[in-house]
Amino acid sequence: MDEVVATFEIRCRRLIDEAGRPLGPLPPTATDQALITRLLEGMLLARAFDRRCVNLQRTGQLGTFATSLGQEAVPVGVAVAMHADDVLVPSYREGAAQIIRGVAIEELLAYWGGDERGHAYANPAVAEDLPVAITVGNQALHAAGVAAAMQHRRQARCAVCVMGDGATSKGDVYEAINVAGAWRLPVVFVVTNNRWAISTPVARQTGAETLAQKGLAGGIAALQADGNDVLAVHDAVGEAVERARSGGGATLVECLTYRVNDHNTADDAGRYRDPAEVEEARRADPIARLIAFSGIDPAPLEAAVGERIEAAVARYLAIVPEPSAAMFGHLHHEIPEPTRWQLRG
Amino acid sequence: MAAAGLNMVEAITCALARALADDPDVLLLGQDIGRKGGVFQATAGLHERFGADRVRDTPLAETMISGLAIGMATQGLRPVAEIQFLGFLYPCLDNLANHASRLRTRTRGRLTCPLVVRTTHGGGVHAPEHHSEAIESMLAHVPGLRTVIPSTPARAYGLLLAAIRDPDPVVFLEPTRLYRATREDVADDGVALPLDRCHVEREGSDLTLVAWGAALYEAREAAATLAVEGISAEIVDVQTIAPFDAATVIASVERTGRCVIVHEGARRAGFGAEIAAEIAERALTSLLAPVERVTGYDTVMPLPRLERAYLPTTERVVEACRRAYLYR
Repeated sequence: MDEVVATFEIRCRRLIDEAGRPLGPLPPTATDQALITRLLEGMLLARAFDRRCVNLQRTGQLGTFATSLGQEAVPVGVAVAMHADDVLVPSYREGAAQIIRGVAIEELLAYWGGDERGHAYANPAVAEDLPVAITVGNQALHAAGVAAAMQHRRQARCAVCVMGDGATSKGDVYEAINVAGAWRLPVVFVVTNNRWAISTPVARQTGAETLAQKGLAGGIAALQADGNDVLAVHDAVGEAVERARSGGGATLVECLTYRVNDHNTADDAGRYRDPAEVEEARRADPIARLIAFSGIDPAPLEAAVGERIEAAVARYLAIVPEPSAAMFGHLHHEIPEPTRWQLRG
Repeated sequence: MAAAGLNMVEAITCALARALADDPDVLLLGQDIGRKGGVFQATAGLHERFGADRVRDTPLAETMISGLAIGMATQGLRPVAEIQFLGFLYPCLDNLANHASRLRTRTRGRLTCPLVVRTTHGGGVHAPEHHSEAIESMLAHVPGLRTVIPSTPARAYGLLLAAIRDPDPVVFLEPTRLYRATREDVADDGVALPLDRCHVEREGSDLTLVAWGAALYEAREAAATLAVEGISAEIVDVQTIAPFDAATVIASVERTGRCVIVHEGARRAGFGAEIAAEIAERALTSLLAPVERVTGYDTVMPLPRLERAYLPTTERVVEACRRAYLYR
């Protein structure tokens, strides 16, 4: 006979619907006006930052850029749920999370504008945060390593890694989940399931019903959250962060959202995606939803965010490029004697 | 304290113990390195002495080991990872080339990656498939990555300490054939040897033999044979493959006028090609004969029954030296 030796389930956390109506009892955070304002402000910042970045890219003042249009609730919910002494290990679509944690907007612009100093982060609050991961999925292992260091030093902190749905097809991500389970590491893997990895829909990415269940395979906690409900993202990630920081081990949080924009400024999603699907997704807009729920007037927040971004853009555009010798200066702690002559040209 | 008569694997254990004792941020990670002491016993006794937290057995996943070490290093730890065989290093190349080697430069010094990946190098021990490779030239092509190969127990001790103390990533390749080949007195004095420096281990006037790792033994035997014939060979042990100390080799070739490079890895784009190019660029007018390379062949490292036919032999080295010496 075959005996049932293990059973599993995946739950999806949803707190408010598309019209902003509560779907059930809400956590105390849902009545915290300061927190809700912060979440809304973060999402407005994300949207305005993206819009400005695309504008800069289209006018030749920024390199290739990937926006977070429509999925702003994920980076914002994640960053606000983290503690200051946690470490963010982002992919390339979490600019809002980086800014909320303390990366200067002009630094992000500098990086996407082609200047390594954009990852130097002058603000000590983000000194340990990792730079964006361009190589999809590698960062899950780096986050596990950061978490292993924290655990090794008996620190009550955690690493929070953000990746896309495509990343979950990579072995790196499975290896990270596996070691996080085996060692009970203080790490949170946030999977932004925006349904599209460039032109590959998630249904062609995996045969699994959910991406969250990939966490179960490695023995860590796993759940889904409505990724367009910033309160649900904040709640689910916050719970995972507290679990990690208190020695309860790792969690995978799959946030269900949608990539409204092209993959990046070098992509044209019209070639592979049904416009009707995009229109449908626009109706689930996370910002409109939070405004409907909270009744907060976004106008003053939008104005402040706009001013902040414009000031940062002005500082970015005034940055003087590094001298060419800078490409040698930080490769090693000091330039090795055998290669020093190359610096002289 | 001098540890008398250590073989290379014991000298490596000795250096690891010293590093663990000296620096609380050093930790070892790898497959079977704990109670088992590693597949070659390089970590024998360290688990008992330093505990499971600092001598960590990992799940069986090489990519994970390299990625985990990077994350740990960004937090200021100094992970020393063991990959059981060089053929199993390939999954780590993504992390080494895309992250470990460039983290410092892509954050302009904000984050650094002081890690060491230890693994084996070369053939000659009748090991199974994928256990006998010599791919140092692949690693040498990655800017920001140091690649070190010791050739004696004492140099393994000193170079490994240097690699662990270096604030940047180092791949430390240990010649499998030398693990238990010879013994020598190793002073366990905690003194590191300099990285990025070739070591002139025998002086000579007629030709320069350049080698590293286990191939140095063929070079030594060849030099002894040649000495009987009245040919005086200088031997340069490269030690740090990258960054490569060309100056020491150039200075030697300027004196001897002839150069024979010996390495186990395949000839095409092997590291010997880089050395020959440096000589061509910087010492052409000193050359009395074409530079010779005695290397593995441009084919897959064969299984043990044919590995002797693949690896450079003393006879091949001697013949190349004679050709160079007699060239007119």
